[in-house]
Amino acid sequence: MAQASATPRPIGKGKPISAPKAHRFKRLWQNNKYLWLLFLPCLIYYLVFRYAPMFGLVITFKNYNLFKGVWNSDWVGLKYYRLFLNNPDFWPLMRNTFLLGLYRLIFGFPAPIILALLLNELRKAAFKRFVQTVSYLPHFISNVIVASMVIMFLSPTGGLVNNILSGLGFEPIHFMNKPEMFRGIYVLSEIWQHIGWETIIYLAALTAVDPQLYEAASIDGASRLRKIWHVTLPGISSAIVITLILNIGQVLEIGFEKVYLMQNPAIYDTADIISTYVYRIGLLQGNFSYGSAIDLFMGIISLIFIYGANWISRRVSETSLW
Amino acid sequence: MIKSPKLGLFPVVSAVILTIVVVATLYPFVHMIAVSLSGDVYVIKNEITVWPKGFNVNMYNLVLGDPKIWTAFRNTILYTALGTAISLAVTSMGAYALSRSQMAFRKSLTMLIVFTMFFGGGMIPTYLVVRSLELVDTIWGMALPGAVSTWNLILMRTFFAGIPKELEESGRLDGLNDIGIFFRIMVPLSKASFATIALFYAVSMWNNFQLPLLYLRSPDLFPLQVLLRNLILAGTASSGDVTRIGGDNLIVEESLKYATIMVSTLPILIVYPFVQKYFVKGAMIGAVKG
Repeated sequence: MAQASATPRPIGKGKPISAPKAHRFKRLWQNNKYLWLLFLPCLIYYLVFRYAPMFGLVITFKNYNLFKGVWNSDWVGLKYYRLFLNNPDFWPLMRNTFLLGLYRLIFGFPAPIILALLLNELRKAAFKRFVQTVSYLPHFISNVIVASMVIMFLSPTGGLVNNILSGLGFEPIHFMNKPEMFRGIYVLSEIWQHIGWETIIYLAALTAVDPQLYEAASIDGASRLRKIWHVTLPGISSAIVITLILNIGQVLEIGFEKVYLMQNPAIYDTADIISTYVYRIGLLQGNFSYGSAIDLFMGIISLIFIYGANWISRRVSETSLW
Repeated sequence: MIKSPKLGLFPVVSAVILTIVVVATLYPFVHMIAVSLSGDVYVIKNEITVWPKGFNVNMYNLVLGDPKIWTAFRNTILYTALGTAISLAVTSMGAYALSRSQMAFRKSLTMLIVFTMFFGGGMIPTYLVVRSLELVDTIWGMALPGAVSTWNLILMRTFFAGIPKELEESGRLDGLNDIGIFFRIMVPLSKASFATIALFYAVSMWNNFQLPLLYLRSPDLFPLQVLLRNLILAGTASSGDVTRIGGDNLIVEESLKYATIMVSTLPILIVYPFVQKYFVKGAMIGAVKG
């Protein structure tokens, strides 16, 4: 996407570069006024709901006061950043956010690639389409439903999983009260929800692999697995790299909804992440400046993450977002 | 692909894995349907796996007899319809303008928009903006703050950029300006893409929990997702009714909750097979250009 915006494009309508300035602006306006009119609602949306909040981030350097408003509140410098960095919750929150995102990446990233490779090797088109249709489905189920299902299935009283465990002679486990289990449960539920949908990008890339390469490999006596290794994977490598960069950039941007819905105070040790903390401590308890300071702090780290991932990828594989 | 002479281990392993994926995806729904339709005795004894025992629809009568769920359904439908209409209009017009090569500053504007994918003001400053516009606890608080998804905007821009320039020129010869060209030529030509983007918006609005959590206060404005969360996760299920029907409060609550989940998921499960191809098409455009 960003790639497209980076390609050079023809200058509109071949207007003469030496034309007088006033004339050029008039011409620009004549050529563009209706397009700008079409663009106006979109521009207003971005200015009001995306850029105005960025300017609102000045409250992180102020003691935000409800009655004084954003602009008239008193300056306090870096007070809230210091407060956060010195907070005993700082490292646990950073660790929880980072580890949850990292596990999501380590286990959630390869899963759809493997599924796509398996689907690609299927010879029966009907079975392939059936598996695809079924596996895309959970992507459209709301986080509220998925979190409810997870919590109910794992319930120690009558939950599906504990029924099976007790059928096998084990004691029921109170899964959602054990901090050490939260990350695993979260990552599994993420894979369950998105594995199918995330295969689409790879399946699209796979259709572009030249069938002659497979024939050549067969003539050379390559086995099924060797063909996957030497033909299929190189064929989709740029799709893999792009997705990887995007995923690395989003390691810290874990969806707020699902973690918020799945967590409870008993497992805050592992389940409380930056966004849920900002919501609870910042928004609900009215610490607007403090909460925003945390958000900005994480936003900048996140920006460094995606920039770094893109930089490394450009060096190593010549594939990059921009 | 060339058929290999002997069936190796690979096809067997792959078929087994794919079958596991299908079962793991579908079984939770099958189980919930079975439990919600079973008699409480069997549910208490944990005897339900795939098929209901002691078939009855009491739980569904209970769920559908609650006026709150109808209010929530109505709100969700309202928000989804209004939100999708606004989002689609703003996104498609903006995307079309950005796709035209004669649009001045389009590169800078695109950069301005793409930047928001990687950085934003965050939850609280956005909340303050929404509050200062007095959108909190109104239907507009649902429809406006998330109106444009940058991803969908880029998707549509990519799509419009692929429409041959000649069509635009022919419109101009007929004396249409850019707005006329957009509404008379581009919109009728792109029905399938509009359907795809509309579905993306509709699903994300239908499923959205964060927007109402942040911006809605009054219970009678709550959409389905918030009600569901209150009924199922916060455990405020109308337990008076539950004890009246069954012996063990906790267990019967399980089938009541499953019935609630199924009632709210059924619309998506029913519509999904018919609209699936549009979603995939949209994701494909994104993938190819990604």
